[in-house]
Amino acid sequence: MDLDVAILSRIQFAFTVSFHIIFPSITIGLATLITIWEGLWLKTHNPYYLQLAKFWIKPFAITFGMGVVSGIVLSYEFGTNFSKFSEITGAVLGPLMAYEVLTAFFMEAGFLGVMLFGWQRVGRKLHFFATLTVMVGTWISAFWIIVANSWMQTPTGYKIIDGKFEVASWMEVIFNPSMPYRLTHMVVASLITATFVVAGISAYYLLKKQHVPFAKKGLSMCMWFALVLTPLQAWIGDMHGLNVREHQPTKLAAMEGIWPAEEENVPLLLFAMPNMESESNDYEIGIPNLGSLILTHSWDGAVQGLKAVPPEDRPNVPLVFWSFRVMVGIGFGMIGIAILALLLRRKGRLYENKAFLSLVTLFTPMGVIAVLAGWYVVEIGRQPWIVYNLVRTSEIVSPLPPERVLFTLTMFVIIYSLLIGVYLYFMRKLIKKGPPSMETLEQQLIGMKAPGYALAWVKSLKTKDHPTIEQGDK
Amino acid sequence: MDLALFYFLVLGFAIFMYVLLDGFDLGIGILYPWFNQEGERDHLMRSISHVWDGNETWLVFGGVVLFAAFPAAYAGITSTFYLPIMLMLFALIFRGVAFEYRFKSDTSRPYWDFAFSAGSAIAAFCQGMLLGSIVQGVPVGVDSLSSLHWLTPFSILTGFSVMAGYALLAACYLFMKSRGRIQDHAAKLGKRLLLITILAMIIVSLWTVASQVDIRQRWFSGLNFLWLSPLPIITLIVAVLAWRDLNSHATGTVHHEGRPFWYAATLFLLGFAGLVVGLFPYLIPRQLTFMEAASPDSSLLFLLPGICIFVPLICAYTLWGYRVFSGKVEDYQEGY
Ligand code: HDD
Ligand code: HEM
Ligand code: HEM
Repeated sequence: MDLDVAILSRIQFAFTVSFHIIFPSITIGLATLITIWEGLWLKTHNPYYLQLAKFWIKPFAITFGMGVVSGIVLSYEFGTNFSKFSEITGAVLGPLMAYEVLTAFFMEAGFLGVMLFGWQRVGRKLHFFATLTVMVGTWISAFWIIVANSWMQTPTGYKIIDGKFEVASWMEVIFNPSMPYRLTHMVVASLITATFVVAGISAYYLLKKQHVPFAKKGLSMCMWFALVLTPLQAWIGDMHGLNVREHQPTKLAAMEGIWPAEEENVPLLLFAMPNMESESNDYEIGIPNLGSLILTHSWDGAVQGLKAVPPEDRPNVPLVFWSFRVMVGIGFGMIGIAILALLLRRKGRLYENKAFLSLVTLFTPMGVIAVLAGWYVVEIGRQPWIVYNLVRTSEIVSPLPPERVLFTLTMFVIIYSLLIGVYLYFMRKLIKKGPPSMETLEQQLIGMKAPGYALAWVKSLKTKDHPTIEQGDK
Repeated sequence: MDLALFYFLVLGFAIFMYVLLDGFDLGIGILYPWFNQEGERDHLMRSISHVWDGNETWLVFGGVVLFAAFPAAYAGITSTFYLPIMLMLFALIFRGVAFEYRFKSDTSRPYWDFAFSAGSAIAAFCQGMLLGSIVQGVPVGVDSLSSLHWLTPFSILTGFSVMAGYALLAACYLFMKSRGRIQDHAAKLGKRLLLITILAMIIVSLWTVASQVDIRQRWFSGLNFLWLSPLPIITLIVAVLAWRDLNSHATGTVHHEGRPFWYAATLFLLGFAGLVVGLFPYLIPRQLTFMEAASPDSSLLFLLPGICIFVPLICAYTLWGYRVFSGKVEDYQEGY
């Protein structure tokens, strides 16, 4: 069998980056929620906030760990599998990623130790500061990597010398046209993802009638967050779409399934099977002119279609088309849940309505699915270009022996499948165990008030066990 | 100062920090098989669970400095050494997740112990192999992507040497962070590893000098050896000092618990300096110098303030993090 190293490397990259993004999209949002809870606890002294923070910090820790190990792989994969790419774009993307490491990764890692293990070692305010720093770190990290990705989508501020990119203006590279939209959309996506994870687990506890006050607090807060965030996300998404229409018209045509080179009365397709052979859609169901209205904000605005570019410059249309619908579908589903929650809250039945609680539980992983779908739209829609309209993906692959890439790809599939299983198993275990009881928290609080307390206690134990060893130590 | 040279130094600093910091925490994994009594492994794991992430970040930093400042070298090295790098990444995945899962497991703990220990050992071995193949001057680039040049007796030897060195760092770190039985054990292992590491340094140096003409000339032409002789001499002196400290623990005379770690770190620094002396100005020996591989000035200048501001800042808060958890492991045992 003939193996194509380009296809294998692309599958491997797509697989590993998809695996990675699952975890950041949870940690960015969850770090933010934990910071909010810890801050509220410091301000109000309401112990439920501490309970929320203390419980969610555990899932956060394992998710973060998964994010770190899968991320390290990616930063090397640019070179291993796409050596030509890293050689020609290194001068642009390298410094951006170096800034990510300098301003974000070190900060996250440096303060994570204190955030996770330092409750009794530092004062409350300093601990809050550590948590806050980790949160800010995740945001900054998102900023730089999205700058890098957005530059590949809508490159500006560069010049090409001897076939390599050089930077003419860093301002233009960083503030490239699609960056602001992609960044806000992604950060809000992470907040939404974490919100629905917390809401889903809280709803599950309520269904099981476990840890009820804790779960009520969690669900209630998250539904308020969702009420603000989900419509906001749809609005940002709409603007993002307009930006795509301007800068990457072919991608937009694939998202909407528009084939004619130029179409004026664009319908909004609810269902269709884009067919790349016949260059048309099968089984089309749509609402006439609504597409034009959404995309151009006018009744018969014209939009460029796929046939405006030759077939070899088109992405895989069905994948982009359907990924887009999955994301938007989930987005509207979430808006629906947020509104439903408001109505039930009005009636005072937010915590009792079984059907609603089951629905929220069902939505626990939906944020992650929407994030993945969103990135598939962005990345597959960009193909066949790796740097839009400038460099083709097929040109930059390392000419490795295909068997080696097949081997590593197989290893990744095995290892990551194992890991995701383990991750889910331990998440389940943490959820089963539930939040720490109020008594435990109280005990820990005493320790926190008197940092010397825990230390003295441990030391007294030690002296009892091995009275002789202690002496050498003082 | 010449920008490219500055980045060459930054890269050297990043690699050294990585080797030192992740060195001791990979080393803990390598030492795992020698600590199998009740509670000992918990202790080992706890001694590093708050710092491993930060330590590994230096690996990412090294990678991106290479990518940003010397893209051609990054592209050449990472693609040529595809398999050892991937193997190292797989190993790092296993040991990384073991930190989180080990303490939360009831029945699967032996598997996590194994993942941690084997992962650490393999990652260290792969790094040693990379080092060896780069010193040997493996041809790098598109034409050699399908070869197995990096798999030679020499690179296997450097693989094991790096493992021994990391284990030495770890033993000295444990000596500093523990009491009683574990400390005794660490001192004993430390002495043995010190001998092995010094022996490995000698063999690797002689082998390199014997087989690499350029490096031989660098060291022995003219009066060079005279100027460079402090390197091996100080190395031996430091080794003797480290031995004395570790040994005094067994004999019960006064001892300094932190000092052996710093001696071991100095040994690494000296070894690293020796390496740089031999290779300068090459990033890939006899194929690519750092001047040829450097990014255009626009990129190097852009990153400059970032390096100058954040690297000192990072060092400061990393140090603060270590201070928060200073003292023996038992004293900060509680989790989150
Ligand atoms: C919008 C968010 C986002 C996106 C699109 C990516 N990452 Fe990421 N990454 C993060 C957000 C993040 C994070 C939130 O900062 C993580 C997740 C958990 C963590 O530890 O930090 C992280 C961790 C992380 C690490 C480990 C950092 C450490 O050692 O602490 C590396 C090396 C990368 N990432 C590299 C990448 C690369 C090369 C990507 C693209 C191809 C990428 N990430 C996409
Ligand atoms: C984290 C969320 C992301 C996801 C889920 C994702 C997904 C994907 C997918 C599915 C592909 C394959 C497209 C194809 O070959 O048809 C791809 C390609 C690619 N992406 Fe992303 N991507 C993400 C973020 C990024 C970022 C932030 C960068 C760069 C800074 C990036 C760089 C690339 C590169 C270099 C390729 C080319 C290799 C290829 O075509 O397979 N991606 N990505
Ligand atoms: C409800 C209406 C929504 C609309 C109209 C919308 C619109 C868009 C558009 C047009 C893109 C593609 C940008 C490009 O190709 O460059 C995109 C990408 C994306 N979407 Fe959405 N979206 C919506 C909801 C959501 C939700 C609920 C989530 C996740 C919780 C989400 C997560 C993402 C992500 C992660 C990306 C890729 C990264 C980015 O461009 O920021 N979206 N979205």
